[in-house]
Amino acid sequence: MGLNAYLILAALVFAIGLFGVLTRRNAIGILLGIELMLNAVNINLVAFARFHGDLAGLIFTLFLIAITVAEVAVGLAIVIVIFRVRRTVEADRLDLLRG
Amino acid sequence: MTLEAAGFWVVAAALLASSLAVVLTPNLFHAVLYLAAALVATGVVFLLLDSPFLFGVQLLLCAGGVVTVVVFAIMLTERLVGERITQTSRYVVNGAVVAAAVFVGVMGFLIQAPRPAPRPALGADSTAAIGQALVGPFAATLELLGVLLVIALLGALYFARTEE
Repeated sequence: MGLNAYLILAALVFAIGLFGVLTRRNAIGILLGIELMLNAVNINLVAFARFHGDLAGLIFTLFLIAITVAEVAVGLAIVIVIFRVRRTVEADRLDLLRG
Repeated sequence: MTLEAAGFWVVAAALLASSLAVVLTPNLFHAVLYLAAALVATGVVFLLLDSPFLFGVQLLLCAGGVVTVVVFAIMLTERLVGERITQTSRYVVNGAVVAAAVFVGVMGFLIQAPRPAPRPALGADSTAAIGQALVGPFAATLELLGVLLVIALLGALYFARTEE
């Protein structure tokens, strides 16, 4: 399989994740969509590294996976705090900062 | 059809199906399980791309760590036995239009982009090369990543602490 097949697959997964981010009401559901989008980026980086013979893509993927885990940890902590304060994690009802 | 091509189509179908299930299933807990399947399928894609080390990292960190943490968050914020775990979607048509537009835009860029001259692929197993790069040119970045992880952990602890 050539490079394009992997890039198209990654673009499809990215679009699906974006759809999830835009349509989910639950804050945790939105985080799951973000996770899918970051995953698609990883596929892109590894595919470029493999087909262009460049090691930097693999190193970037390694760093990106670690940063994703940190992002999920902080994001879920924020979700838990929001739930404690507002008793809901529905994104539509979190309008405290709306002017 | 070669074995690699057959493997690619099977994994691609599994990845797309589980990704769609993540964003479409009404049960939030099931969505997390489908996300675990999607992350494992991504790891197999890494395996197809000759990166067994990244496959291991993906399995341990994403499929293992992230899914566990998300399940804990669901248990803390939803009542597992009640009705609350079902979640609804909003603006489904608008979201589909925007996502499709982004996909078409990326495809257009892919078609127009000039092809760089193909270079020789990396060796069959890049694990040793990754290790040498991590303690060589990327050593400072690796240290910064460790600092970032500590800060993220402290931040998560700070947010989730109980008021006393």
